[in-house]
Amino acid sequence: MTTTAPADGLLLPVPDEDGAPFWEYAARGELRVQACAACGRLRFPPRPCCPHCQSFESEWRPMSGRGRIWSYVRPHPPLLPAYAAQAPYNVILVELAEAPGIRLAGNLVTSADAPLDSVDPARLRIGARVQVVFAETGGVTVPRWILEKA
Amino acid sequence: MAATLKDATAIVGIGQTAFAKQLPQSEKELACRAILAALADAGIAPAEVDAFASYTMEETDEVEVAKAIGAGDVTFFSKVGYGGGGSCATVGHLAAAVATGQATVGVAWRSRKRGSGPRPWKNTAVQLPTPGQWTRPFGLLRPADEIAMLARRYMHEYGATRDHLFNVAMACRNRANENPAAMMYERPLTREMYMTSRMISEPLCLFDNCLETDGALACVIVSAERARDCRQKPVYVHSVAQGLPAQHHGMVNYWNDDPLSGPAWTAARHLWKQADFGPQDIDVAQIYDAFTPLIPLSLEGYGFCGRGEGAAFTEGGALEMGGRLPINTGGGGLSEAYVHGFNLINEGVKQLRGISTAQVPDAATCLVTAGEGVPTSAILLRA
Repeated sequence: MTTTAPADGLLLPVPDEDGAPFWEYAARGELRVQACAACGRLRFPPRPCCPHCQSFESEWRPMSGRGRIWSYVRPHPPLLPAYAAQAPYNVILVELAEAPGIRLAGNLVTSADAPLDSVDPARLRIGARVQVVFAETGGVTVPRWILEKA
Repeated sequence: MAATLKDATAIVGIGQTAFAKQLPQSEKELACRAILAALADAGIAPAEVDAFASYTMEETDEVEVAKAIGAGDVTFFSKVGYGGGGSCATVGHLAAAVATGQATVGVAWRSRKRGSGPRPWKNTAVQLPTPGQWTRPFGLLRPADEIAMLARRYMHEYGATRDHLFNVAMACRNRANENPAAMMYERPLTREMYMTSRMISEPLCLFDNCLETDGALACVIVSAERARDCRQKPVYVHSVAQGLPAQHHGMVNYWNDDPLSGPAWTAARHLWKQADFGPQDIDVAQIYDAFTPLIPLSLEGYGFCGRGEGAAFTEGGALEMGGRLPINTGGGGLSEAYVHGFNLINEGVKQLRGISTAQVPDAATCLVTAGEGVPTSAILLRA
């Protein structure tokens, strides 16, 4: 796992009650998504009950950590200072291999600890296969993404 | 026999302040000035106002406004959430209140100091409650970033290009160049300026973004019967709708099965169902344009073209005067002023009164929409 925060000053996730397990699993290096314990359907963002069968029973299912880029942006300043320092960086939306309707926002990086602008923008492509990695920033672990080896 | 709002009420007064990057007055004073201007336009005394509607993001509340302008006893007040998605719903709420006898004279307004005031996304203290935990840590910080994500996918899926987005920016700028009240009056835009401007959030550049503006607007709504005795030609509220689609997630609608068909589609279905006419009968449209990609998405959602055809629709001057669907004839949020879309309502009224600075000849029907990408609203106006 990571030792130093590569990007001090980035905003840290403030989990709500429904989202807390996601971040707890992330801290252990696991990508998990909430699923209904009754009908089995995955849902994101997490919430108290299943929109399909209205059950309040849920579980957190491990994902393979593989997915494809559904879309991406490259923000330029003016931005919050910690982000401006790395701009223009990328933000990608990853469609999970197991659940195409679930798209996680994240950053495509060359390695877990690399800066947000570490990937050559020419390599950003919708449909590109990516793999999750975990990075520690400010004491919190967040998922990031690297290009899957061809 | 179902009740209907169809033509039961009319907008009989409109008012606005100057639009500028910086105005010296407070938001409260700007609100009062716009409201009093709208009442004067209608020829209705402030003491007759008994209903108010605005946005939840409006910081001048009805208690303060009613007191300041000298309103009488107020029997209806309402606030609509979701920022720019609320604009047309303020008119809809007042129309419903007036049509059902809850009130007789309604005022809707929006006052903002975004030109000189702080930008909400800079407030890190409010960055991170739900749902910010899923987007903000990764640097998806501003509305421009959030909409750019949808825009990139839209371009990928349908072959839309920056030239299509330029068509939108250009149509709005050309109209603003004709409107002395617009912030971009006498400030022409060229394709070269657009293509070489700085990026804000790729694929969106500076000119794909609305203007940071200080200013306020208001309008006055009364029953159709009362409207006949007012000073101005009534502009009837023909149909109203709000839209919050199933499984929608405001701004970052990325977890929906179909993120590219947003609230416009939901609002449109109800809007047209209640109306005597359809998209093909619309003479002029005021379409919420905080960002250029919202226009092709809205053109599709409101049925002016098929799914995926919104970008191609903008070709050949379709959005310009004399084109298939002239839009945002005051300049819109991109080039007149960005006051959370309220200027689009007043511009719709001007068109149907025949007094726009970019008048569509004999315009008798106008669609006005609120923000696509968030729970939204829309109204159909007719002369």
